[in-house]
Amino acid sequence: MRLSRRELIALMLGAPAVATGCSPPPVVPLHGELFGQSFDIGHRLRDGFRPRPADDQWRDVQVAIVGGGAAGLSAGRALLQGKCDDFVVLELEPVAGGTSRSEKKGDFAYPWGAHYVPVPLADNVPLIRLFTEMGVVESLAADGSPIVAEQYLCRDPEERLFYQGEWIEGLYPATGASVDDHVQLKAFRELIDTFAAWRDSTGRRAFAIPTSLATDDKEIMELDKLSMADWLRYEGFNSARLHWLVDYSCRDDYGLSAETTSAWAGLLYFASRLRAPGADHQPLISWPEGNGRIINHLAEVVGPRLQTGMAVTQLTPVTSDRGDFVEVTCFNTQTQSVTGLRARHVIFAAPQFLAPRLITEFTERTKRKTDEFEYGSWFVANLHLKDRPKQQQGYPLCWDNVMFRSRSLGYVVATHQAGRDYGPTVLTWYYPFTESHTREIREKLLKATWADLADVVLTDLEVPHPQIRQLVERLDIFRWGHAMIRPKPGFIASQQRREARHPDGRIHFANTDLSGVALFEEAFDHGCRAADEVLSMLPQDRV
Amino acid sequence: MSAGSMNRAPLVLLYLNVLIIATCGLVYELLAGTLASYLLGDSVTQFSLVIGLYLSAMGAGAWISRFVADKSLARCFIEVELGVALVGGLSAPLLFAAFSRVDIFGVVLYGFVFAIGSLVGLELPLLMRLLKEHLDFEDLVSRVLAFDYIGALLASLMFPIFLVPRLGLIRTSLLCGLLNAVVGVWGTYLLRPLLNRHGLLSLRIRGALVIGLLLIAFVQAETLTKLSEESALGHAVIHAETTQYQRLVLTRSEQGFRLYLNGHLQFNSMDEYRYHEALVHPALSPIKSPKQILVLGGGDGLAVREILRYPSIESVTLVDIDPGMTTLADRFPPLAELSKASLRDPRVTVINEDAFIWTGRANGPKFDAVVIDFPDPGNFAIGKLYTTRFYRMLRDRLNDGAMISIQCTSPLVAPKSYWCIVSTLEATGYQVRPYHAPVPTFGEWGFILASAGPIPDQLALSKDLTGKSRFLNDEVLNGMFVLPHDLVRVKTDINQLNNQALVHYYDEEWGVWK
Repeated sequence: MRLSRRELIALMLGAPAVATGCSPPPVVPLHGELFGQSFDIGHRLRDGFRPRPADDQWRDVQVAIVGGGAAGLSAGRALLQGKCDDFVVLELEPVAGGTSRSEKKGDFAYPWGAHYVPVPLADNVPLIRLFTEMGVVESLAADGSPIVAEQYLCRDPEERLFYQGEWIEGLYPATGASVDDHVQLKAFRELIDTFAAWRDSTGRRAFAIPTSLATDDKEIMELDKLSMADWLRYEGFNSARLHWLVDYSCRDDYGLSAETTSAWAGLLYFASRLRAPGADHQPLISWPEGNGRIINHLAEVVGPRLQTGMAVTQLTPVTSDRGDFVEVTCFNTQTQSVTGLRARHVIFAAPQFLAPRLITEFTERTKRKTDEFEYGSWFVANLHLKDRPKQQQGYPLCWDNVMFRSRSLGYVVATHQAGRDYGPTVLTWYYPFTESHTREIREKLLKATWADLADVVLTDLEVPHPQIRQLVERLDIFRWGHAMIRPKPGFIASQQRREARHPDGRIHFANTDLSGVALFEEAFDHGCRAADEVLSMLPQDRV
Repeated sequence: MSAGSMNRAPLVLLYLNVLIIATCGLVYELLAGTLASYLLGDSVTQFSLVIGLYLSAMGAGAWISRFVADKSLARCFIEVELGVALVGGLSAPLLFAAFSRVDIFGVVLYGFVFAIGSLVGLELPLLMRLLKEHLDFEDLVSRVLAFDYIGALLASLMFPIFLVPRLGLIRTSLLCGLLNAVVGVWGTYLLRPLLNRHGLLSLRIRGALVIGLLLIAFVQAETLTKLSEESALGHAVIHAETTQYQRLVLTRSEQGFRLYLNGHLQFNSMDEYRYHEALVHPALSPIKSPKQILVLGGGDGLAVREILRYPSIESVTLVDIDPGMTTLADRFPPLAELSKASLRDPRVTVINEDAFIWTGRANGPKFDAVVIDFPDPGNFAIGKLYTTRFYRMLRDRLNDGAMISIQCTSPLVAPKSYWCIVSTLEATGYQVRPYHAPVPTFGEWGFILASAGPIPDQLALSKDLTGKSRFLNDEVLNGMFVLPHDLVRVKTDINQLNNQALVHYYDEEWGVWK
């Protein structure tokens, strides 16, 4: 059943928002569009849609990459660097990028999802190479750490919090904090520092990015059994302000509350960004279009091998006298035509939950299940403003703007990084569904209309910006059904997750969900690894 | 006329009324003249026009007075008083408010002058007709005119000595209004026998309303002034507007007018030549024949005025974000006078864009010299214009040997801010020579001369400036580069987009945020 607007606001923003936000009739005199992942073809596949190409519609290719998000495109780039150029990247959506997708309209470029990457530490050499190629990293310091071009580092002022009716600097709700609150914040930071200093017997860090560089030592992996909130309590932290900060961080990075995020993942967020104990967290790299900039670069590198609007409907490993290969069935969502690829190798750069649906006899052959891979739903709005909200006092507009009482994550300002400080701008507003009953939420989200959702966005933003409705000229919304993998307690250490990266014959896996945390660095790492797996096998194929 | 209608004592009081009326009448005239020359500039023309119009309006009022019937003389006189109180009393506040909101300000101003003049012109003829029953003609004329001229003398003395310096224009105008209203209400007692009972009550109610209104305005003006820019800036605000980017306020005092942006003083017309000569000529004088010049900020046109002194100039490109600023001279003639309407010079192109965006655009034009006159780095949006990123982008705008001069706040008040800019330029690979100049209104002021190439040790003013520069000669020019002990260099961070170190220093040193 479709929810009323009031019910939707109550569901998403909580009861107080209904009381304050809904009193005037919510007439939204603006326009916009509602976008989403291609639910249609996804659901047809789920319901058994398996078209078969005609016999003359087959062709051979060395590698087929399924999925044109960060992992798939990174794999494509890595193949090219390994001198393999006979591959295709098949992307279901009309636009590549997955959750790093972005858009450009008129003068403005803005993200639809991921929008920053912390400056990589010296040990993340492949990512530093990518950023050097993009001109983002200008040179290396003596210790190998990257020196990032100033214009790509998130410009000051970076973040602010709307707390008790006023914008304050930073994300910690410091106004009125007691001595105990400050003591706990300091103690928390010191504890994070001990994790930053921690090394296992082989010199690996407790928390590193990519996570493949981090330890698998039992002492650290045990943390996955706890929730982040439990861990805080276990360590004796009861400051409501600290709990809020940690909860916000979990919602921001994982779309989960502190109560439902694995303590391992929660600590990864804080500890992996420290170069050394006591250091400031690594600066952030950002672009007006967010991580869409990286996607655009990768797409340019891959070139015409990237095919969008191309749904892969089936992957079937085949053994024949001509050798082993994988039959890839593709459905062109534009022309509705069906074609086939005989690929020597497949890099499956799509979420794991699709593997049993698309790969023939996957479960029977691999004895692997994917039911512990759980994905959160998000919804993102881009608001085109004719001018910025007027503000008399408090900390000025930042890149990241967070509201303390809100269930949303607040908004980032697309023009911030471009140095445009006046006049029209675009705000990208994020909302994660942190609830555990994902399927139910997803269905409700699908039934909500644009006007309903637009009203949720505006009701949320009206708290700090009462005049926001007069400033918005266009409001587009993107619904992400399966947006990000959820690192709930136990998932990181689970056998399902640890085994999922192993190839199924000639099918190799690359996606950020294999790490259990949705981060660009993880997608990139898996893309490069899967490409390396393929490249190491290609010489044998040629024989 | 019955003997009881007026006795001798009130007659003396009526002469006192004449004195007050005359004083107020002249004050309104002086107010209008002052306001017109403040707001529109060119005081000779304004005063001449205001006096002429005012006197002719008084004549018109006197002529109209003949149409007032004898029996309604008293009521009319009181009504005229209340009218003068209202129109005259509110003239200064209303005209100030109208100036930034009304396009045809001249019409409004002279309308007020004519209205006040006509009403004042009505006063004495009516009063004289009221008194003529009690005095013989010669006595009447001599006494009334004597008090009238005494009042004029009183006004002309009090206006510059007491009223304007102590009360300001707005409260002076409100005070005179109050006096006129009091005369009016007082008249209802003095002329009581000449008024019918119904009319009396109505006049007193109206009088009370006018007094109440003016009193509120007077009190309000005081509290408002306390909060407002006028008291913060210490001088009469003669123009104020809020553009999309900033708040522009012009104030006036005996020494000239001042421009404030967001409460920060930009210049004082009295000594701005020191600032602008110091800003422009060190950058232009080392260049043999400067042709293409870029000015960033400087929307007041005063730096451009200095640049246009060089006959070799072919084009000046001025990039200032705020069209409200670059067109201010069109709306405020004294600024056009001061800047010699430099922005209207055919060689000058004005671009209203954020200098950060404009400078960063690929394949832009190149220049022989760049004069940077941004506001002090009091917020993040301005702070970005002093970063390594900005100075790096600026390098692509420079011809070989190009010189850059930059205004950099006070090295005495804000040493970290000043030296942070020096360090930031050095970190970007510029040769840098810090210098300073005393600008009385600002205090000790800091500048930087920078170049991608070498900067000569000795500078010499161009021959074109001979006899034109008021502040600089060759000795002073080179002397500005000698730094005294109290301007010694301090160690600072480099200002980058991602740390905005300068905004933090500036904030700390000037305490802009409370």
